[in-house]
Amino acid sequence: MHLTREEEALLDGEMGPTLQTAMELLTALGDIYGADSLVPIKSTQIAGVSYRTIGDAGLEWISDLNGKVVVPSILNPAGMDLERWREMGVDEEFAAHQIRIIEAYRRLGIRCECTCTPYHIDASLASYGDHLAWSESSAVSYANSVIGARTNREGGPSALAAALIGKTANYGYHLDENRAPGISVQVDCPLSGADYGALGYLAGAQVGSDVPMFRLRSKPADIELKALGAAMAASGAVALYHVEGITPESRSYHPPAETITIERVELDEVFEKNCVREVDLSALGCPHYSQEELESAARLLDGVKVEKEVWIFTSRQVRDASPDTVRKIEASGAKVFADTCMVVSPATDRFGCVLTDSGKALKYIPGMCGVGAALGSIRDCLKGRITTKSPGERRDEREGC
Amino acid sequence: MIRTLKGRPISHGCGQGVALVTSESISFLGSVDPATGIIVEEKHELKGQSISGKVLVFPAGKGSTVGSYVMYQLKKNGTAPAAVINRSAEPIVAVGAIISDIPMVDSTEPDAIRTIKTGDMVRVDGTQGVVDIL
Repeated sequence: MHLTREEEALLDGEMGPTLQTAMELLTALGDIYGADSLVPIKSTQIAGVSYRTIGDAGLEWISDLNGKVVVPSILNPAGMDLERWREMGVDEEFAAHQIRIIEAYRRLGIRCECTCTPYHIDASLASYGDHLAWSESSAVSYANSVIGARTNREGGPSALAAALIGKTANYGYHLDENRAPGISVQVDCPLSGADYGALGYLAGAQVGSDVPMFRLRSKPADIELKALGAAMAASGAVALYHVEGITPESRSYHPPAETITIERVELDEVFEKNCVREVDLSALGCPHYSQEELESAARLLDGVKVEKEVWIFTSRQVRDASPDTVRKIEASGAKVFADTCMVVSPATDRFGCVLTDSGKALKYIPGMCGVGAALGSIRDCLKGRITTKSPGERRDEREGC
Repeated sequence: MIRTLKGRPISHGCGQGVALVTSESISFLGSVDPATGIIVEEKHELKGQSISGKVLVFPAGKGSTVGSYVMYQLKKNGTAPAAVINRSAEPIVAVGAIISDIPMVDSTEPDAIRTIKTGDMVRVDGTQGVVDIL
């Protein structure tokens, strides 16, 4: 890998051990993946935040680092709402460890905004063509596909190294040659809302780590693309996709001849994989809800009292920016939690079956929380039960939305 | 006689110790006890053996990326390997070795797993990418 004189000096330890380790990480990963050089980045989003996932091992490492990040850097979701963790049922010991992790990151100059949707809180973090070092798989997918920025899926230490140096190794999705679609995915039925999570759930499992190009009859909104990409990154390893006529780079490519067609009946089957047990938690907001999504939840909950626990996850910025909306939602008995989600928080573990509007959460909850999961429309999730059984009824509901 | 294998530097520094060689991949999260450095994975061919102070020779890492942090815990607990040699480095072990200051080399010629025997005294120079069987 070609290094500038300044980069060589960092690697030789002339600027201290933390930057030397950071540079060593970037160059080693660059060598493993065949990068030719380092490339300057606009921002980082750093994984390795929930005490549930990184444990004492991760906490020790982060606490021992000394340095300051040189590009805007934010965090992945933590294991709890940093203020309202007691309401989630998180215990004192977990909370104490979680807060230590956050403080260790803060000391490095990292903005302790814990979200998988950096693009909902600060548009300056990623624009078309920017190189980034982001970690969370749905954020990576959104940045690459919907924004047209360029990032690989970074691990926690490599994203942090990139934040300290302001660069990342130039390989993978940073390069034009790896951004072309390899397979087409055709869907001829109309899609809306949670359908996109179901589509991603199916498509990800089929395309693996390839770059798919979708040919859709419906025109997905950005929040629907968010759900599609999140589910695909969970059921497969898709970090970039294109949607013909919609996403910014799609016009640069022709749809590949090799095509997977996904039918309505297959999507309906994803909704029909119900838990054995009765739903006792509805969890929405994986990835974190935008302001617009919170507002639509508030409209659907107007005048309603929820019968089960209903948790909606968002970023702290979005929650703080929408006090009236949050008040309306919480008047129904539902709760709006920030900084965390149903997948990375231990709070989910005590439930038996979680109903979610997220294809990503559907994929991860059973394995990570040991809890059953089912996919429902947003309306059903807010009601806490599946009310629309037949595909016909589901279609009517979709059209009514 | 010293036999020298040439490889690729992954994590800087030098380490020396008795070799522990396996043809099976290692997941540091869940398979290695960070307090003792003992391999605890039921079906692993090194189950019950300590990696502490050894030159650990294995094909590659696998499993959770949290394995990188477990290597750091091993280092802090004084139970880390003296050095690591992989056939082909992947990010979990490479990142773990670098953040933990454990010297590491990969892609040696000839292949380390076939050439080094458990019990050999081995010196690893992770800066130059050189392995000496002493």
